[in-house]
Amino acid sequence: MSDFTHGFWPIYISVITLVSIIGTWVFLKTQTTRKLAPGEKAELMEHTWDEDLQDLNNPLPRWWLGLFYATLIFSLAYLALWPGLGNFAGLLGWTSLQEYQQEVKTAEARFQPVYAGFMKQDIATVAANPEAHAIGRNLYLTYCSQCHGSDATGARGFPNLTDHDWLYGGDPDTLKATITDGRSGMMPALGEALGPQGTKEVANYVLSLSGRKHDARLASAGRQKFAENCAACHMPDGSGMAAMGAPNLTDKVWLYGGSEASIIESIAKGRNGVMPGAAQTLGTTSNRDAKLHLLAAYIYGLSQQK
Amino acid sequence: MEATTYNYKVVRQFAIMTVVWGIVGMLVGVILAAQLIWPDLTFGIEWLSYGRLRPLHTNAVIFAFGGSGLFAVSYYIVQRTCQVRLWAEGLAAFTFWGWMAVIVLAAITLPMGYTSTKEYAELEWPIDILIALVWVAYALVFFGTIAKRKTKHIYVSNWFFGAYILTIAILHIVNSMELPVTLTKSYSAYAGVQDAMVQWWYGHNAVGFFLTTAFLGMMYYFIPKQAGRPIYSYRLSVVHFWSLNFIYMWAGPHHLQYTALPDWAQSLGMVFSLMLLAPSWGGMMNGIMTLSGAWHKLRTDPILKFMVTALSFYGMSTFEGPMMSIKTVNALSHYTEWTIGHVHSGALGWVAMITIGSMYYLIPRLFGRESMYSTQLIEWHFWWSTIGVVLYIASMWIAGVAQGLMWRAANADGTLTYSFAQVLNTMYPFYGIRLLGGALFFSGMLLMAWNVWKTVRMGRVVNDAPIPQAVHA
Repeated sequence: MSDFTHGFWPIYISVITLVSIIGTWVFLKTQTTRKLAPGEKAELMEHTWDEDLQDLNNPLPRWWLGLFYATLIFSLAYLALWPGLGNFAGLLGWTSLQEYQQEVKTAEARFQPVYAGFMKQDIATVAANPEAHAIGRNLYLTYCSQCHGSDATGARGFPNLTDHDWLYGGDPDTLKATITDGRSGMMPALGEALGPQGTKEVANYVLSLSGRKHDARLASAGRQKFAENCAACHMPDGSGMAAMGAPNLTDKVWLYGGSEASIIESIAKGRNGVMPGAAQTLGTTSNRDAKLHLLAAYIYGLSQQK
Repeated sequence: MEATTYNYKVVRQFAIMTVVWGIVGMLVGVILAAQLIWPDLTFGIEWLSYGRLRPLHTNAVIFAFGGSGLFAVSYYIVQRTCQVRLWAEGLAAFTFWGWMAVIVLAAITLPMGYTSTKEYAELEWPIDILIALVWVAYALVFFGTIAKRKTKHIYVSNWFFGAYILTIAILHIVNSMELPVTLTKSYSAYAGVQDAMVQWWYGHNAVGFFLTTAFLGMMYYFIPKQAGRPIYSYRLSVVHFWSLNFIYMWAGPHHLQYTALPDWAQSLGMVFSLMLLAPSWGGMMNGIMTLSGAWHKLRTDPILKFMVTALSFYGMSTFEGPMMSIKTVNALSHYTEWTIGHVHSGALGWVAMITIGSMYYLIPRLFGRESMYSTQLIEWHFWWSTIGVVLYIASMWIAGVAQGLMWRAANADGTLTYSFAQVLNTMYPFYGIRLLGGALFFSGMLLMAWNVWKTVRMGRVVNDAPIPQAVHA
């Protein structure tokens, strides 16, 4: 579909809008008849339908006409002051973009003093500050709680942020990088390559890594397949790799569930964990860098709790 | 040989289905209202999940309940006010079975998750084509009957029906332009903000022409009939008919305030919505003033109560609509429960109540009886519905304004005061009141079903009504 960028269109819009409003005005004028004299009865129209349907012909109520004219006048005034008639910017020169940018600038200036001090401190220091903790918590509840939960304990597929276990690392800088740019954890589907039996064997081997209940015969059959297909990311001993976000398979933390069935599903179908970057979700809001800093400090603070 | 009776068969079919679909559509609404309080109500069954039932509810209430009601009354009114039998009765029968097929297909495909994702136009392309065919047949029957009328002038209801039939055809066909990928999936022919604009040009005018213009046509017949009084002003009906239909076409952009839509289009959407106030109220004035000299009937006649209360809700929601289109008001109201309250004051208060009143007038006449089986039940139905609507919209107004204010509340450090979950928590009591209101309105429909059942069972073997030979001026 065309984007209607030709110079004809703004003129077309302006003309058709003004003609419509003025035309409505003229139409109302031509339809206005004299008020009924006191005691005078409205004319009964001659036609009758369906045995008894008739209409009187009362003049248009004056208050109703007044209301109609008032909206027409308001509209013309509005279109003179604000954009509406095609390219004409309106006498006030207002645009929604400018208004937004102005609001962000105002907020930037207004809240700058609150944030300036925190920006000078490192994340570990900020994390210990109760005021920063309160702000960070509000930011967390606005931007992060939808997936990680109000208490940050996560859900299936969404990591628990309070358990001291980190896919990509829990040091301040890594946390901030994770929050700012997001993460995309991709495990390829191996169901076709391994086949149903092979998948079951590898799953039992994985269960054995953390000492969970497993079938020893299947697990030993899976050992070699794990080395060939999984060890590149999860490491030969299954301890995972933070650089890839590949989970440690030897601990008790299971992002997608630790039952045999869940593990088989993970291996067969793969997993795609996506966390959007807060730099993006915060968009062009004011004091963005400071907010990222405070969010990182808040999350870091969670991991410091016993 | 020239026909000597009106075709009541297709009117009867549509009238009965109006009651049936009203119950179905409102039941789904009650389930949705309950799901918002108890999200696991339907045991996680995907076909009954909120996202799939919601379009089923809107489609069932607007197009199945409202649509059947409009088919019934327009076929009834156009025959009686033109004093001729329907033109092309085979096509009229096709519109009934075709429309029912559309509804059944909607009831199957929407819960299965097939959707074009366009609000009020969710049905996929094969159903869209069926709708277009039914609608063209409808237009042929309606305008064909008008063309062979014996009366000289065209009755005011028929102007409104004519405008609605023509416009809905244009809106449906333009907005449903889509590229089919498979039998059950298509993509809109428009992209980005243009797609949004076309969608809301359609969406708002579906409200305008389906739910306003057409039901005004219903009002213009049944109010003077039930009140036994002439319409207040022929001139007012002419002026508000043309201004309403002309100005409505422009108001769609107010659904896209503060979006990627260019500023000029947002402004036009707002000012034309404001100019819509007087034309909308013209219909309310003409209906209410028609009761001059018959006010006493309001005390005793529950059918008239339904109709006049409907007009009051119509006046209220057509005031509220222009106010909500003002940008600064919209900034607060948009995306909140306030919008839900607004549409239900229109859908339950206006559309459903004028339809219910009209059906109580129409159904006994279609089944050869003087009146409904029980007037007392109509009285009860009236009070249940009225209290139900008031509970519904009052709770959603309060919830919506609270929601809008909580969303924008900010702390001294610039962060938001309330998280999404906290705002949701505040909504629960209001969701409860809304469920109560909705359930009350729904229960009223069950009273109606019982009353209609008894009326039909006690009716005589029905012959179509004779066409009077004398032609009025």
